[in-house]
Amino acid sequence: MQNKLISDATLVSNYIQGDETSLEILIKRHKQRIFSFIYSKVYDRDVAEDIFQDTFIKVIKTLKRGAYNEEGKFLPWVMRISHNLVIDYFRKNNRMPKFDNSGEFSIFSVLSCDTLNAEKAIIKEQVESDVRRLIDELPEDQKEVLMMRMYNDMSFKEISERTGVSINTALGRMRYALINMRKVIEKHNIILTN
Amino acid sequence: MAKLYSRKNKTEIKMNPKDETISFILSYSKALSVIKYKNMKFEALQN
Repeated sequence: MQNKLISDATLVSNYIQGDETSLEILIKRHKQRIFSFIYSKVYDRDVAEDIFQDTFIKVIKTLKRGAYNEEGKFLPWVMRISHNLVIDYFRKNNRMPKFDNSGEFSIFSVLSCDTLNAEKAIIKEQVESDVRRLIDELPEDQKEVLMMRMYNDMSFKEISERTGVSINTALGRMRYALINMRKVIEKHNIILTN
Repeated sequence: MAKLYSRKNKTEIKMNPKDETISFILSYSKALSVIKYKNMKFEALQN
């Protein structure tokens, strides 16, 4: 009953200062509304559980990083996060898997997947930093093409226009970038799987 | 009498997440710490 008296804003600020029980109170207070909202969109209990979990992982990260501003209210903010994650879920499911047919692309699908548990989060971070380091080792022209294709999701036509080379050259640079990365991976026995 | 539009929600679903999900979130929160160094922030997960 005491919990009812404490406002969300106070609980949030207590949590930011390290009081873990405040988060528990916040979750218990709002779990039904948030979960029901997610379920009303996805109509799948397991998916709803996943999105609920991811929502709070985002909430925790944002609060702990000190990136939360007290402008809005807590519940609408959390609802907005869960709403965005629901949209992401539908986007992911409607889209054809783009890069699933070859080994090297699976690295990038690992990069974009959401973390589900502590262990996977650590592995993901390591893989991510390894890939970044591999990319940094590439010659500038190959690196440029790879970054545009993989991180900016540009087509080879757009890349060729931006870099002022032909599409074939851009394709070639991409190919060599991947070959070079693979060589380094094999040479140093780097494991890039989650 | 004034109408309370906020009161009625046609088909309101009332559901709760599993206890495991809640406990996962709470342990995740306990395990996560953000270390600030100069302008950088690092996330660390401890078991």
